Amino acid sequence: MRHTINVLVENEFGVLARVAGLFSGRGFNIDSLSVAETQDPTVSLMTIVTRGDDQIIEQIIKQLHKLVNVLKVTDLHEGQYLDRELVLVKVAATAETKPEILRLMDIFRGKIVDVSPKTYTVEVTGGEDKIRAVLELMRPLGIKEVVRTGKVAMPRGMQNGG
Amino acid sequence: MERTGAEIFVESLRKEGVHTLFGYPGGVVLNIYDVLYDSDIRHILVRHEQAAVHAADGYARATGEVGVALVTSGPGATNTVTGLATAYMDSVPIVVFSGQVPTHLIGNDAFQEADIVGITRPCTKHNYLVKDVRDLARVIKEAFYLARSGRPGPVLVDLPKDVIVGRAEYVYPEAAKLRGYNPTYEGHLGQIKKALKAVHESRRPVVYAGGGVILSNASRELTEFARRLRLPVTTTLMGLGAFPGSDPLFLGMLGMHGTYRANMAVSHADLLVAVGARFDDRVTGKIDEFAPNAKIVHVDIDPTSISKNVQVDIPIVGDAKNVLKKMLGLVHGPEWEARDEVLREWHAEIEAWRRAHRMDYGQGEDVIKPQYVVEQLHEATAGRCIVSTEVGQNQMWAAQYFRLEEPRCWLTSGGLGTMGYGFPAAIGAQAAFPDRVVIDIAGDGSIQMNIQELATAVQYELPVKVAILNNGFLGMVRQWQELFYDRRYSHTRMDVAPDFVKLAEAYGALGLRATRPDEVRPVIEQALAHPGPVLMDFHVDPEEGVYPMVPAGAPLTKMLLL
Repeated sequence: MRHTINVLVENEFGVLARVAGLFSGRGFNIDSLSVAETQDPTVSLMTIVTRGDDQIIEQIIKQLHKLVNVLKVTDLHEGQYLDRELVLVKVAATAETKPEILRLMDIFRGKIVDVSPKTYTVEVTGGEDKIRAVLELMRPLGIKEVVRTGKVAMPRGMQNGG
Repeated sequence: MERTGAEIFVESLRKEGVHTLFGYPGGVVLNIYDVLYDSDIRHILVRHEQAAVHAADGYARATGEVGVALVTSGPGATNTVTGLATAYMDSVPIVVFSGQVPTHLIGNDAFQEADIVGITRPCTKHNYLVKDVRDLARVIKEAFYLARSGRPGPVLVDLPKDVIVGRAEYVYPEAAKLRGYNPTYEGHLGQIKKALKAVHESRRPVVYAGGGVILSNASRELTEFARRLRLPVTTTLMGLGAFPGSDPLFLGMLGMHGTYRANMAVSHADLLVAVGARFDDRVTGKIDEFAPNAKIVHVDIDPTSISKNVQVDIPIVGDAKNVLKKMLGLVHGPEWEARDEVLREWHAEIEAWRRAHRMDYGQGEDVIKPQYVVEQLHEATAGRCIVSTEVGQNQMWAAQYFRLEEPRCWLTSGGLGTMGYGFPAAIGAQAAFPDRVVIDIAGDGSIQMNIQELATAVQYELPVKVAILNNGFLGMVRQWQELFYDRRYSHTRMDVAPDFVKLAEAYGALGLRATRPDEVRPVIEQALAHPGPVLMDFHVDPEEGVYPMVPAGAPLTKMLLL
């Protein structure tokens, strides 16, 4: 089962390697990982998407807790958190495809962020389903390149000390 | 007042109460060695950095204090990895300081540079690269605190040359403040009560104690708990000495080379109270059939150990000593009386297992049995000594036949199984206790992995007694080849071995040899009477095996008894 885990860590060199090493050393897989500073510059937040049965997830959470630089680990539950991912897609832009790209961006509230004689580069943010749908719809148009950030997530409303 | 990094280092060690340091100098740590020259901290120069870490580890296990090692950068640092991994697996509190090239050269493939923080990340509890001399005192404080608190473990501190020679105002922090690190010492009272209810309801209980009992100095509490409630006790390899070996409640060791009665008792138990033990695969055998009928209570300071290998019914996260104390405080009153009566049948059953298969070996008149050597060592010292072991058959025979009565007298690499551990660990323990008898029970294979430390023992007048159970084989591997590889002894015969007596003499130690059973005791007596280090070469039966044995992956009830 997939899990989204938020890990608050001290913003120090080597912490990412410790977290990543914990996963690799124990044979746990990371589907996506995003990390950046929080409102407190001494603290960073990692959003990790991983998978495993209950026992594996329990071990992952306990092992993360055990790292000295980890301040807090939150296993986010389905439906109780917001998540977003950013994707940049460079897609072939021809006379026929341009209107379709524009239409898709309108529907998915995406933006065209770069234009060249043969390509459009678009930016879309959203949940995983939306990103998947955009990519599926754009694939027939001729995707040249895709970069994704991986998921960032946050509990809704007043949970988690709000 | 401003001080150099080297001065800060030495002063901070003194503040941590460090008396003894095991190390090996090199280019980037010369300034530290220069300060040590005038210090009252005793530095023991080993002959290989791996031995420095094992010695610090042996020192720590024997004393309960933090062991310390100091090495130089690059190869000096990388040679510590086996020692760190050994200490990590067995939760031993040590701090290893490694020199590092100056910060401006880090990452440039400078001479004798190694990313030791990267290399040791998975085998340390935590590690540091000190990038600024102003952080040094705080980092040392944290390193010692992390090593000895919670579930103890090794910490590495990497010291670049410019940090060692740099200057900073020296203030040693009173306490370490680590906001993400808060070990749980107190067990949850509700869980403790639940566990006691389970004990009360059980009819076939077994206490299963691990190295955590020794680490938390909880042997007395464990012993009292078991005796008061008449609970049979088995231990892991690491837990030997946590409960008196001569106590009638003691079942002996559990697992692959555990006793018949211990393995049978656990397999038939209705309750297992695991304290400071982590259900290693060498203990559980086939995991699905481990303690199949037992409700499991697990006391451990490390939450990751709980329900990692076996599903636990009543977890208690906390320090073993605190938890056992709380339990002892609650087992008064009429409902806890007459436990003997309640458990009579169970004890009778265990007694029947005890009689059915006693540990034995047939000592004849011609060939020395290795078990006999171990028993004679025990007898000659009345068990009042510190025993270290190497890894393999020697380790298992020592575990089976050297009856330990007390904690912190047993130094063995349980988790990692490090050959070459025992001798330097014995040196570390002997450095801590110069007046005690320290014996390393070794194999001819293992002893050759760190035999150069004979020079260290001689130089510092550390009178360690090494008993080599010399069978000319990598014995345990040979035993597996015998049992599971059709006696195809592929590369386990040590056809060429040194003359250990001459070798000891070459180093300035005493060398003794026994080739017949009647020579065993006199050799031991002579070794114990000698004031310096001794190498005893016992030529033992080359094909003797360690039994009982549970084949890897088999259930505990399927023991090969032979």
